[in-house]
Amino acid sequence: MPPETIRNQAPEIPASAHATPSDRRESFVLDAEDRAAIKHEAHHYEDLRATSIAALKIVQHRHGWVPDGAIPAIANALGVPASDIEGVATFYNLIFRRPVGRHVIKICDSVACFLTGYDQVRDAFCKHLGVRLGQTSADGRFTLLPICCLGACDKGPVLMIDEDTHGDVAPETIAQLLERYP
Amino acid sequence: MTTPAELKPLTSRLNLAAPLDIAGYESDDGYAALRKAVKEMQPAEITQLVKDANLRGRGGAGFPAGVKWALVPMGADAPRNKYLICNGDEMEPGSFKDRLLMEGAPHQLIEGMILAAYAIQASRGYIFLRGEYVLAAERLNRAIAEAQAAGYLGASVYGSPWSFELFVHTGAGRYICGEETALLNSLEGRRANPRSKPPFPQVAGLWGKPTVVNNVETLSNVPHIVLRGLPWYQGLSQGKSHDTGTKLYGVSGRVKRPGIWELPIGTSAREVLEQHAGGMKAGLELKCWLPGGASTDFLLPEHLDLAMDFDTIAKAGSRMGTGLLTVVDTTQSIIPVVRNLEEFFARESCGWCTPCRDGLPWTEKLLAALERGEGRPGDIQILEQLTRFLGPGTTFCALAPGAMEPLQSALKFFRHEFEAGVAAPAAQAVA
Repeated sequence: MPPETIRNQAPEIPASAHATPSDRRESFVLDAEDRAAIKHEAHHYEDLRATSIAALKIVQHRHGWVPDGAIPAIANALGVPASDIEGVATFYNLIFRRPVGRHVIKICDSVACFLTGYDQVRDAFCKHLGVRLGQTSADGRFTLLPICCLGACDKGPVLMIDEDTHGDVAPETIAQLLERYP
Repeated sequence: MTTPAELKPLTSRLNLAAPLDIAGYESDDGYAALRKAVKEMQPAEITQLVKDANLRGRGGAGFPAGVKWALVPMGADAPRNKYLICNGDEMEPGSFKDRLLMEGAPHQLIEGMILAAYAIQASRGYIFLRGEYVLAAERLNRAIAEAQAAGYLGASVYGSPWSFELFVHTGAGRYICGEETALLNSLEGRRANPRSKPPFPQVAGLWGKPTVVNNVETLSNVPHIVLRGLPWYQGLSQGKSHDTGTKLYGVSGRVKRPGIWELPIGTSAREVLEQHAGGMKAGLELKCWLPGGASTDFLLPEHLDLAMDFDTIAKAGSRMGTGLLTVVDTTQSIIPVVRNLEEFFARESCGWCTPCRDGLPWTEKLLAALERGEGRPGDIQILEQLTRFLGPGTTFCALAPGAMEPLQSALKFFRHEFEAGVAAPAAQAVA
């Protein structure tokens, strides 16, 4: 691995170097607000690389997911190879490298919820939304994902919708629950 | 007369609906330990006190916190910066205690972290929090701001020459981040692959500098040890164990009252399950239980009278782990449960070393076949082999060996259920 100084001095990668036929990459620019938010995060760490996850989250917060073009844009901003940023983006399951629905449902499929009715809840969601795990409903409203133990095992089955945790979920109550997320 | 604070130090001030703000916390002895420490105690005294108290790591491994701290280089020649990290990446299936402490008593954790950081003379600290713990992040950040305003954090902590900054770092998923060295890589903004040890993080950790990583519950104990002293802390276990202090015990699964209770360490699993969780739901009978998370060996009803402490549960062939029981009832067959566990581990493997990356999906496939009744002769032997190939010493970290614990114990206790999953020869001929 090259020393930090060499990486920091590396010339900026021109956006065109990453152009794809869809032009999705070229169209992406980190705006001033994103840059300020990344810079603010950088104060917490000893180097810029450490903000890579925070930077991906900042982009995702604005766009709902991390578009292809954001990878070289973040890499440039942090002075880190784009391949490293992509490596990080694809490693962590809460960073979405594909578009998701307006709301993301994360169902806990770990053992405590499995023992208290995960299968039934998952099936009810799949049926209600007309999707399988990992898919987005046709109206673009919900993406259904499995997630590991949410640390609320006394309330199983548990799930999260966006940033809210819901416990004691039953197949009969999911329609009502989803109404709260237009 | 003993007060609740003296019997249940971790939870007596805990309030999930509205955690104490700094004024409320201070009015109830909060930050008194910190004030005492920075005014009257040398860092080494704190480390020695925690060592003598025999505070064992509550993240699951039970390594003595004071011993960990004592490995950090000290003195004028010690490298700078040094770091203290709180592992709040609670993702062990069946564990839900750290969330409670972070959401319900944020100042207690922060005070514990400042004390630990003082002991190792760290200049910066991070609370590595899993991304899903949104409420905990909000409450911890608020408490950090309050502590900073009160002079307990920042430049010259409470008027002492020592400075300490504390930050909340929220993750982006992946169970492996809870592994100490993978956590360090993740905090540095890298993929969360574990690091080879040695060097140990206490010597070369975050950004290559001395780093201590402690669990939320471990750190939450520290203010009480410093404030009330050794004899009191050692008495908390009420003679139930040679381990010291209280422990957050919990139960999940199909029981009457799933939940968490702070009890003397060494309380029997039976008391936790029957008295506190109210026993199994009506009509259900206990089949087996995981003593402390997905990566611990199953135990049977006959083990219920064992003291829930590190050594007793280890002697019975399992691990206390996080101390939160997951119970399986007799209406459930063991294969789907183990398959669910291995599916989890296979998905959460970081892919860094071969036995784990390849062995876990193989394990999962074999179990799925047995679950469908399509197992082949020899599958059970392959599973047994895998428990050795993925066992301790074959991988960088403890994920794969941990994954083998429920499998090897299920094979030991419920072998007939595995055998029943092997298809009859006729069915195989058709397949």
